Amino acid sequence: MPENLKIEVIPEGTVIDHIPAGKWLKVIEILGLTKPNGGTLLIASNVPSKKLGRKDIVKVEGRYLSEEEVNKIALIAPMATVNIVKDYKIIEKFNVEVPDEITGILKCPNPNCVSNHEYVTPRFHVESRDPLKLRCHYCERTIEGEDIMGSL
Amino acid sequence: MDWKGRDVISIRDFSKEDIEFVLKVAERLEEELNEKGSLDYARGKILATLFFEPSTRTRLSFESAMHRLGGSVIGFSSASSTSVKKGESLADTIKTVEQYSNVIVIRHPMEGAARLAAEVAEIPVINAGDGSNQHPTQTLLDLYTIKKAFGKIDGLTIGLLGDLKYGRTVHSLAEALAFYDVELYLISPELLRMPKHIVDELRERGVKVHETTDLEGAIPELDVLYVTRIQRERFPDEEEYLKVKGSYQVNIGVLKNAKETLKVMHPLPRVDEIHPEVDKTKHALYFRQVFSGVPVRMALLGLTLGVLEV
Repeated sequence: MPENLKIEVIPEGTVIDHIPAGKWLKVIEILGLTKPNGGTLLIASNVPSKKLGRKDIVKVEGRYLSEEEVNKIALIAPMATVNIVKDYKIIEKFNVEVPDEITGILKCPNPNCVSNHEYVTPRFHVESRDPLKLRCHYCERTIEGEDIMGSL
Repeated sequence: MDWKGRDVISIRDFSKEDIEFVLKVAERLEEELNEKGSLDYARGKILATLFFEPSTRTRLSFESAMHRLGGSVIGFSSASSTSVKKGESLADTIKTVEQYSNVIVIRHPMEGAARLAAEVAEIPVINAGDGSNQHPTQTLLDLYTIKKAFGKIDGLTIGLLGDLKYGRTVHSLAEALAFYDVELYLISPELLRMPKHIVDELRERGVKVHETTDLEGAIPELDVLYVTRIQRERFPDEEEYLKVKGSYQVNIGVLKNAKETLKVMHPLPRVDEIHPEVDKTKHALYFRQVFSGVPVRMALLGLTLGVLEV
């Protein structure tokens, strides 16, 4: 079956394509899709890709994810593309983009940061997008590369 | 910039214009204080000093500043005597204390605690040190001291010596100095180097930065030598502390190759990093630096309370 058919198979919902192979679980965690929410979740993992070599695809049936929601996955899948599907047709397609502020996804790696001790939602401001560098809103430390991955 | 109700959390929240403005107001208040002895701008206002971590001079300096402005002070100087010991959250402590006061000064061992307090409180919050993160009022008084001593900050070569890894005073000061045309020597043991993200940022902002372990090599170049204590209490393990304890001592011998006009600063308290014989030399600026805390904190309290005419 051609790859594009795999992507367009859901009648309505959101298809997140070009996720680096092996990262699909992280993506659904970030989007809060690990709990039953009424819609079907379809995962295609380790799919051949011209762009990435191997990729994962996550299809969320019956739910339209907001651009902001989807942009959170740019932290782990900066090449990801998002397709909004209606009546089996892609009605909108866009690339993910790291939002200006990351709220509630990353945990601050600084053990002495107040966000790890008090009832508070962790927040990070984007200092640079390429390479990705984030600054904790509370302790003001910056994190990059592997530290971001480790904090997800 | 409307200062009334503003929080003072991090030097990163300040522009160069903000800094210059505070220094100017502090200078005006110092002159008024010299003239009149005491002022009454903050009559009827209450400052709450919440010191979750021991500090004598910063707390006394804030208290002195508030009294000299004509206001009054409540507070505590250790978390062990508060409801925090019963498990109260920081947010609840702040929400409670703001019912009793008009401005809050907080020192807390956790980084980001002052930011959280400011988000919770509706009255202004001033950070008096949060873990090894920020100590913005110390930075402003340091800048004020330098400006009073040299008449300027631009064009100076400044050495930061000692614990550059855990020392929040040097973190904030370095960030503030990046607004000016200065050259920085970061002098520390290898184990206590300035965090990379701060050095990178200084360089990105155009500051000429030299990182070295060699104090005697750097000293002839300096206009200001800012010395910090190697803080035993900030080290995660004692062995690491013992490796660097007593790494540097500024004494008459070390200063023999310094410029005549070199000024030595220190946020205090000192242990053995500046020999007392330096106190009597024209290089010693650290006690004048302590005094600077009062007009600078008066300026910040008066501005955030909105009681000064500006």
